[in-house]
Amino acid sequence: MKRLIHAEDIEYLALGATVLGTGGGGDPYIGALMAVQAIENHGPIELVSIDELDDDALVIPSAMMGAPTVMIEKMPSGDEPIQAFQQLEKFLGRKAAATVTIEAGGLNSTIPFVVAAELGIPVVDADGMGRAFPEIPMTTLHVGGILATPMMVVDEKGNSVLLSTKDNAWTEALSRNATITMGGSSMLALYSAEAKRMRNNLVHGTISKAIQIGKLLAKHEDTSVRLANLLKFVGGEELFRGKITDVMRRTVGGFARGTVSAEGLSKDEGAVCRLEFQNENLIAIRNGTPIATVPDLITVLDQETIRPITTEELRYGQRVVVIGIPCADVWRRPECLELVGPRYFGYDINFTPLDVPVSL
Amino acid sequence: MSHRLGIDVGGTNTDVVLLNSDNEVVAKTKVAVTTDIVTGIRTAVAQVLDSSGINPAQITHAMLGTTQVTNAIIERSELNDVAIIRLGAPATRAVKPLAGWPEDLRERYAKYSWIVGGGHEFDGREIAPLDEEELQSIAHCVKGNVGAVAVTGVFSPVNTSHEERAARIFREVLGEDIPISLSYQLGSVGLLERENATVLNAAVSNVAKRATLSFQQALVDLDVYADLYLAQNDGTLMSVDYALLYPILTIACGPTNSMRGAAHLTGMANAVVVDVGGTSTDVGVLVNGFPRESFVAVDVGGVRTNFRMPDLYSLGLGGGSLVIEKGDDVTVGPKSVGYRIVQEGRAFGGSTTTFTDVVVALNKAKVGTHEVDVPHELADTAYKMAIQKVAEAVDRMKTSAKPVPLVLVGGGSVLLPNEFEGVSEVHRPENFDVANAIGAAIAQVSGRVDRIFAMDKKSRDEVLEEAKSIAFAEAIRAGADASTMEVVEVEEVPIAYLPGNAVRIKVTVAGTLASYHAESRVNSPDVRADANADY
Repeated sequence: MKRLIHAEDIEYLALGATVLGTGGGGDPYIGALMAVQAIENHGPIELVSIDELDDDALVIPSAMMGAPTVMIEKMPSGDEPIQAFQQLEKFLGRKAAATVTIEAGGLNSTIPFVVAAELGIPVVDADGMGRAFPEIPMTTLHVGGILATPMMVVDEKGNSVLLSTKDNAWTEALSRNATITMGGSSMLALYSAEAKRMRNNLVHGTISKAIQIGKLLAKHEDTSVRLANLLKFVGGEELFRGKITDVMRRTVGGFARGTVSAEGLSKDEGAVCRLEFQNENLIAIRNGTPIATVPDLITVLDQETIRPITTEELRYGQRVVVIGIPCADVWRRPECLELVGPRYFGYDINFTPLDVPVSL
Repeated sequence: MSHRLGIDVGGTNTDVVLLNSDNEVVAKTKVAVTTDIVTGIRTAVAQVLDSSGINPAQITHAMLGTTQVTNAIIERSELNDVAIIRLGAPATRAVKPLAGWPEDLRERYAKYSWIVGGGHEFDGREIAPLDEEELQSIAHCVKGNVGAVAVTGVFSPVNTSHEERAARIFREVLGEDIPISLSYQLGSVGLLERENATVLNAAVSNVAKRATLSFQQALVDLDVYADLYLAQNDGTLMSVDYALLYPILTIACGPTNSMRGAAHLTGMANAVVVDVGGTSTDVGVLVNGFPRESFVAVDVGGVRTNFRMPDLYSLGLGGGSLVIEKGDDVTVGPKSVGYRIVQEGRAFGGSTTTFTDVVVALNKAKVGTHEVDVPHELADTAYKMAIQKVAEAVDRMKTSAKPVPLVLVGGGSVLLPNEFEGVSEVHRPENFDVANAIGAAIAQVSGRVDRIFAMDKKSRDEVLEEAKSIAFAEAIRAGADASTMEVVEVEEVPIAYLPGNAVRIKVTVAGTLASYHAESRVNSPDVRADANADY
């Protein structure tokens, strides 16, 4: 059955993807407005499972790169993701059958819909992380051996860079530099592959999952019911309930790192919780003991509205519920933990899996 | 001896105080807000003149806090048409101006909206040269059709030149009379929210003009020829000229005036302030004597904006809040009889049960003219519920679990108890009922900067110094006496994914009006440098 994504689904998608974005992943507001404007211009977008595509069908993921602060000030022209996509198609000498989102973040979950609306192609119901991460190699596509290049980096001024690299680490470095020169944000087409290669290297169902999360959060039910429904749906758990008492921020190597301290309230009265973040939330430490670690998802919700709070929005005095959601299975493999585990981000602790059954 | 008038027009009452040059309250009054606003002001000012016996000629300054701009936006009344110009093409076209606006306003304003070549990158480079030709043709197209112009350039908080050049072009074609709002004067980074604020600001320019003129007239009618200032959202003042350019900055001045008044009356620079009115209670926080600012986008009449607003937690609870019994359930507010409490409340001989009546019935405060008979159990339940709401709001606004001092102000604050959980002490200063008008009267002028700076070529101290000197210059432009200026707030937020250790720095400074002490009025840059040397 054909599943169509309408303008009203986008708001749910952006909200749900912000939960999966674990504090990072960009401003959902701008991304949602872009996708809505694209759907208003071109009509609803078909959502397909990767299994519905022929083995040989080409899939090109679409994404944005850069500083969220730049994105909310210098919004895209809207042409860049299309340009990136079509220029990569031209280079590859073939048309893509579909696009897909690289990360489940507020902004990047919506960019493929801008491309799909304009080009009249479907979006694959999946993503390359099952959450948000800061670097290009941190995707299930990379884990599956797919190269991010050939890759197009395009700005709103009509500049584009075609990258051909020896590995995905170089892609990260070179594309980041191009993006900064372009003014701090760019649109990408990357990690292209045929459906048969994509199939085993994506986190499936992410888009419909994010939309469902968004719907659960938007319901006019009691906050505790909403939270319970959310946790049940994502197989997550409440880690801590409290009030933020301190937020320390620092810029390290271009990343916004920080530490959040919270004092427990209600059932957590007397306890303290510390969150470490680098764009995304990475580690939750309760009374000195790590209780959740990257790549598992740590999301901060506003206690009153049960809406996600991004790391940029964290402030003194906020009443929050910290929840943990198990990551996609693939990330828990030892070789993957080297790529996205706590030690990669500079913390001298081991990955502490959330002790709940993995639902993905 | 020179005197000052502080006037605060709220939802229920118009409060007026007359202060002498030692900041002592010489006279105060409260009258019900009139539909035309001005009549109430005239009545109240006449009353303080009368009761004090002060010669109107001795009044040198009048400071006004008004809700008229807020009302105009909420009620969609008297808004004028606006030419909306965004400088950012080819960037930013993916989200057009007015995106996310309520349908009625969007339909009305969409007609005169353009995205023109221009704007800057985060580091100050041009995205594209400013398309002056198109600006010229837009200016001719809107001439005679719009009442104001709103110009928003990408990263104008970093580089103001395109917005300023665009303003000159419109000025040349449209003449001197048309208000031109520039976004960098209003909001911070976040194009859409800043643009929204700028468009709203332009839309209320006629309201602001009419309101200001009628205020002036009301004072002149009473032979008061004072310098007129308007209170703005951060607890400082702006001159009439500036207020006519940026009227939207008056939108939440009521609560900020109360907080400034609370600081002045208690001498406390850091405290939680609870301001209880007839229909609502605002809880805010004083940090170094000024209201803490909100960091999140603020909704104004359904439009998302990011101009400076106080961080407030508002409750639909006030002296006039209706107490309603439904089966076993009791609710207090958010519905209220507002200023009609003096006719409808039981304590005033009416037949409606309000929060005031509950407090009076429990013998916790003496208000009104009549005895109140409310079943004890109902009164007790309603009272506890209301106090619990206030306590939660106070706790929400605190920055740590540590007990903080609390200042109670506003006419309805007599209804609240002397102890709250998590509060170290409760202050009820003298003249608490007119704290808002006092806050307006004692307000200072401010200057501020909110920009992205690169920290790689200069030291942190140098960058902070640069930011401070910009803020000082702004304050002097707004009329501050350089020798009295102090840094009120410094905030640094590192920015992700940008090179050069980019940091967003916000500095606010404030000082006394230079014209308070005409003999020490200063404009010279030397004096400003001296003021800087302290930091």
